[in-house]
Amino acid sequence: MVVITEAPAPARAVPPPVPRRSKRVSRPNALYLLPAVLFFGLFAAFPLVLVVYLSFTDWSGVGTPGFIGAENWIRLFRQDALWEITSVTLLLTALFWATQTPLSILLGVWAAGKQRNRAVLSALFFLPLLLSTAAIALLFNRLFDPYVGIGRGLEPFRNILGTASGAITAIVIVVGWQFIPFHTLLYQAAARNIPNVLYDAATVDGAGRWHAFWYITLPQLKNTIITSSTISIVGSLTYFETIFLMTNGGPGTATRTLPLEMYFRSFRAYEFGYASTIASVLVIVATAVSLIIVRFSGFGKMDSTLEGL
Amino acid sequence: MKTRPNYIAGALATVWLVIVGVPIYVMVSWSVQTRDSFLDNGPLALPGAITFENFVDVMDSGFMRYMLNTAIVTAASVALTLVIAVPAAYAIVRSLTWFSGATFRVFLAGLAIPAQATIIPLYLIINRMQLYDSLTAVILPTVAFGLPLVILVLVGSLRDVSNELYDAMTVDGAGPFRIMWQLVIPMSKGAIAAVGTYTALGAWNQFLFPLILTQDPSMRVLTLSLTSFKQEFQINVPGMMMAVMLTALPVFVLYLVARRWLIAGLAGMGSK
Repeated sequence: MVVITEAPAPARAVPPPVPRRSKRVSRPNALYLLPAVLFFGLFAAFPLVLVVYLSFTDWSGVGTPGFIGAENWIRLFRQDALWEITSVTLLLTALFWATQTPLSILLGVWAAGKQRNRAVLSALFFLPLLLSTAAIALLFNRLFDPYVGIGRGLEPFRNILGTASGAITAIVIVVGWQFIPFHTLLYQAAARNIPNVLYDAATVDGAGRWHAFWYITLPQLKNTIITSSTISIVGSLTYFETIFLMTNGGPGTATRTLPLEMYFRSFRAYEFGYASTIASVLVIVATAVSLIIVRFSGFGKMDSTLEGL
Repeated sequence: MKTRPNYIAGALATVWLVIVGVPIYVMVSWSVQTRDSFLDNGPLALPGAITFENFVDVMDSGFMRYMLNTAIVTAASVALTLVIAVPAAYAIVRSLTWFSGATFRVFLAGLAIPAQATIIPLYLIINRMQLYDSLTAVILPTVAFGLPLVILVLVGSLRDVSNELYDAMTVDGAGPFRIMWQLVIPMSKGAIAAVGTYTALGAWNQFLFPLILTQDPSMRVLTLSLTSFKQEFQINVPGMMMAVMLTALPVFVLYLVARRWLIAGLAGMGSK
């Protein structure tokens, strides 16, 4: 999955230089940074620029990319299937978020508690984190198989991957199975940091468990909800592996998302130039979404949930 | 109120346990059954007779070769990540130049780069470097995309080292390299273990970079081999399950011995 975390305001991220600037203190020079900068620049930052350039070329995967102007972009927006693919991508993103977020919050808050068997249970909870996406997708691909899977003989579930709505449901279940433990982990860590004094005060005021959850736990988890949602939404928009391995975009084009379309156009149809337009769109959309979330959630201000304590 | 049992949350947790447990149980149960018996009994039935036939089948399909490739990619990615990221984090925290501040900001922004969107230019770059279809081709972008989070976690941990310790080392006549070796690394052992485990997990389980940057079976990693097992074992579902289980086995062992670092590494993804 893609690792996305909110970027705190840079001014805060870097502390002001220590004013007392003793010449005698040994400090590392730029050479210590150089390997990291070169590596990241060449294999992560430069590709972002290169992909936009490639979208204006006719590169077929071999030879030198030839510049052809905006042809690919015009073709992209004229392609009828684009809107269908985009809406499948957005639908899946929405479903991933709407299933994973509430469940992760509830499980995370539960796992942060002090129940007796909690340690053993949460060790089991996190098992899906250990399996690779490929392993999970292929495991469920077999489990959902109409002939040998766990649903064989149970008519409505028998061929779940064979219908459009069934395949979408199956993908949402499998991606949830894989990523809910990760988000649960974030909420568990955050819920543990909520000061007990808040709950004690609420109890004194006669608040029940539901009130405490609604008026203390959830507001206190605000920053984590934003972090987790950003990871989930941006990750979902560019998500590839599970869908590729479980349904390969099918049945028909029912689960074909933008990243799958990009992959098929490039590494299968050798239209790398045209596929680069889709990749550029993904970069732009992913960046825009994270900026919008950071902006409208007020997260850029980094207001502390501990204010007033 | 903390002592009163929460039945609703408990029920949800139990349901989740079943959801997590059943697929894993079916995977393990099928992997030790013969092709005939797993179909005869229901999916949840206890395996009657246990067979190691599937294990042999998977081993005969070149599994150890793929595991060796994955192990090489994982070990090299972790080593390279730490060799690059520890000095960088040290410089970001201790250097006073504008360059180190700017670098840190670039890495923060780098967290938002979706790897999927860069596979086409990466394919071009790796081809031009004459590295296509080698394990090095997989290792280099794996390290690069891991760096932002790793550096962020290391910087967070290094900020907790007090100035007095650096001053004391300087008084002893230590240069920056000795300070890194004798102060920075020992003081951030926990964070290094966490990011190392996290990098190892990601490198072991990755799929996309090997998919687009390798081709030959001799360069195949475990996750990719699963897709070829799927073709090969189309009807041999127990064999497929055995292969899936075996790819996860080393990670499971790592989980047992280094659970703390693993969880800390994963949680670090969201905490900063």
